[in-house]
Amino acid sequence: MDLEFTAEERAFREEVRDFIRSSLPLALAEKTRQRIHLDKADFVAWHKILHARGWGAPNWPKQYGGPGWTPVQRYIFDEECASSDAPPLVPFGISMVGPVIYTFGTEEQKAKYLPRIVSMEDWWCQGYSEPGSGSDLASLRTRAESDGDHYVVNGHKMWTTQAQHANMMFCLVRTDPDAKPQEGISFLLLDMTDPGVKVRPIISIDEGHSVNEVFLDNVRVPKANLIGKEGKGWTYAKFLLGNERTGIAEVATSKQRLKRLKEIARAEQACGRPLLEDADFRAKVAAVEIDLLALEYTNLRMLAAENAGKGVGPEASMLKIRGSEIQQSLSELAVEALGYYAAPYEHRPDGSNQPPVGPDYAQGRMESYLYYRATTIYGGSNEIQRNIIAKMVLGL
Amino acid sequence: MDFQLSEEQTLLADSVESWLQDKYDFDRWRKLVKTDLGYAEENWKTMAELGWLAIPLPEAAGGLGGGAVDAALLAERFGRHMVAEPYVSTVILGAGLIQAASDAKQKDEWLPAIAEGKAKWAFAHAEHGSRFSLNETRAKATKTADGWTLSGKKIVVWDAASADRLIVLARSAGGDTDAKGLGLFVVDASGAGVARHDYRTVDNRRASDIQLDHAPVLAVLGDPADALPAVEAVIDQAIAFMASEAVGAMAALHETTLAYAKTRKQFGRAIGEFQVIQHRLVDMMMQVESARSLALLAALKASAEPKERARAAAAAKVQLGRSGRFVGQQAVQIHGGMGMTDELNVGHYMKRLMMLDTTFGNADFHQRRFAALSD
Repeated sequence: MDLEFTAEERAFREEVRDFIRSSLPLALAEKTRQRIHLDKADFVAWHKILHARGWGAPNWPKQYGGPGWTPVQRYIFDEECASSDAPPLVPFGISMVGPVIYTFGTEEQKAKYLPRIVSMEDWWCQGYSEPGSGSDLASLRTRAESDGDHYVVNGHKMWTTQAQHANMMFCLVRTDPDAKPQEGISFLLLDMTDPGVKVRPIISIDEGHSVNEVFLDNVRVPKANLIGKEGKGWTYAKFLLGNERTGIAEVATSKQRLKRLKEIARAEQACGRPLLEDADFRAKVAAVEIDLLALEYTNLRMLAAENAGKGVGPEASMLKIRGSEIQQSLSELAVEALGYYAAPYEHRPDGSNQPPVGPDYAQGRMESYLYYRATTIYGGSNEIQRNIIAKMVLGL
Repeated sequence: MDFQLSEEQTLLADSVESWLQDKYDFDRWRKLVKTDLGYAEENWKTMAELGWLAIPLPEAAGGLGGGAVDAALLAERFGRHMVAEPYVSTVILGAGLIQAASDAKQKDEWLPAIAEGKAKWAFAHAEHGSRFSLNETRAKATKTADGWTLSGKKIVVWDAASADRLIVLARSAGGDTDAKGLGLFVVDASGAGVARHDYRTVDNRRASDIQLDHAPVLAVLGDPADALPAVEAVIDQAIAFMASEAVGAMAALHETTLAYAKTRKQFGRAIGEFQVIQHRLVDMMMQVESARSLALLAALKASAEPKERARAAAAAKVQLGRSGRFVGQQAVQIHGGMGMTDELNVGHYMKRLMMLDTTFGNADFHQRRFAALSD
């Protein structure tokens, strides 16, 4: 056993750090620190910077335009990005549909879509959930009916993150209403610019706009846009979910949030001392720091197994559960640290730089707290994740 | 021992609930809180006509002489409907401080106007850097040849923008953290030397940061150097009110979530049939009932001797913080994506409960206060 990174890995970390330091615009880092909902231009700007360096798809193998990094290198890259307040990478193309396309897609699909994902010419969104199908995704009802060399798609997708920016959607549709729920589902690539696609914003409790409803009304999708075999969509969807298991812990982001929390608690005063020296508050910060340390090393153990070529199984649901709970605890403590200055909530969607009410570090803390309530709901709620572990790992 | 409401109290509770059901549904609330004012003057007038603004005021001042329990009945219904009118600022804090600290002439002058809905007040106590501690007050009151003036900064003054007058907690003597040396000073809310920065808060209320620069004082309430005991007593009454307000919000969240769990179907059955959801709803209920018990205790002890009163208020505030957080968060969680939407009332209750937790000190602050008052 060895806790140290290798010399190559340490050199890699330096290389990533130097690159970010010299290429990440300060204003973009500042905005990422303060806001949960970045503008499309912010995400694209950072992606293009990475793409120019050959890192547009950090998790991809070389043959499809990725850098071919090991899982440990990817982990180091994530850590360096988070600790520099780089905007998060938009996952829909590079983490979600991309690997599905290069694993199950046709040569035509690979040639057409993969380069555009790496360069971010396309913005993808994920058409999974529906009003009646959340945790029970396999009950989805969006229909795709065969019409010559097209499918005609009708349905209603929900909670579609960043659909307002997307020109492409990968979606699960029902192609065989008579088959068992999981067997009648297919995986389609759908053009969002089709006139039958309507996107309606859903404003979340933090008053921001990241999620949407998407109405599909007689949308014509060429059969060439079917991934793999008709009726096998559920398999590809499960592959997609399992593909990035060790990334879902959000350890790097949480470490950065912990650092910020301590900065706030050092600046805020309680009884004439920094709040961080208040015994009760300090104990709470320590408790979540220990949780995070445990998560980090659980994540690293799974990462090491992945590095050694051993697949990580459904026990990775632990990472999602603990990761989301820690994200919530950290954002909750940051709000708590602000005391009365958690209250002002002047939403400035125009991004004007009017001075905030209260200290600068108060900006965006409440917004994060509120939006992070979703982390235990999305991507399979934590209740569902526990069911998965109970069934798949414990055999209950 | 008797926890039964009197006939008059039952009537009051029913009439408040029926007016709110009629006039204060969620759709109207959404429109109301988006207006500049954040509430309706018309509602305030009606509340005066219905006698609600007079409930805790003494009969001599045109009030109904009701106790904290009567106010709590109102509060619970206000919480259930997220009533946005500045009741706590004007009636509980403003009139409460006037009653507790001022002289007979001032009471005669100010209290009837409050009962009639003609005057609004706000209480400026918080400062950045003192967190929740009242004795750490640095805003300064200085006696000049022409009377007192105030200088310093007050933050998150609820309802200051709609108030006619502000009661400012400021230091006339002693060091920055001394409990002695504090006084209550009345200034014109938009007068000379009062620079307000008004803003909306996360629960869609209105508050202001206020920079005082030699602001002339219109009146002093009581001893300019020994106001803290009166302030603590009135804040404990406000805590009793807010604790019941929180109970109303929590009970509404629990009912809404229970109804959702019974109707939302996944995997071919109502999600309320899953044990994990059942247990969560039971835990929520226990939190609501614990909060209800301590809110009631705080109201019943609101006029008790200081230590007994303070212990009850502190306990209720701790419970409010803990229960409010759990019930709010779980209501969102069980509603899933729907709970995350601005168009559902669930998130708005959660945010209101967070602000009730913070105002006058969060659960940690009051747990420490309770411990200090314990044997």
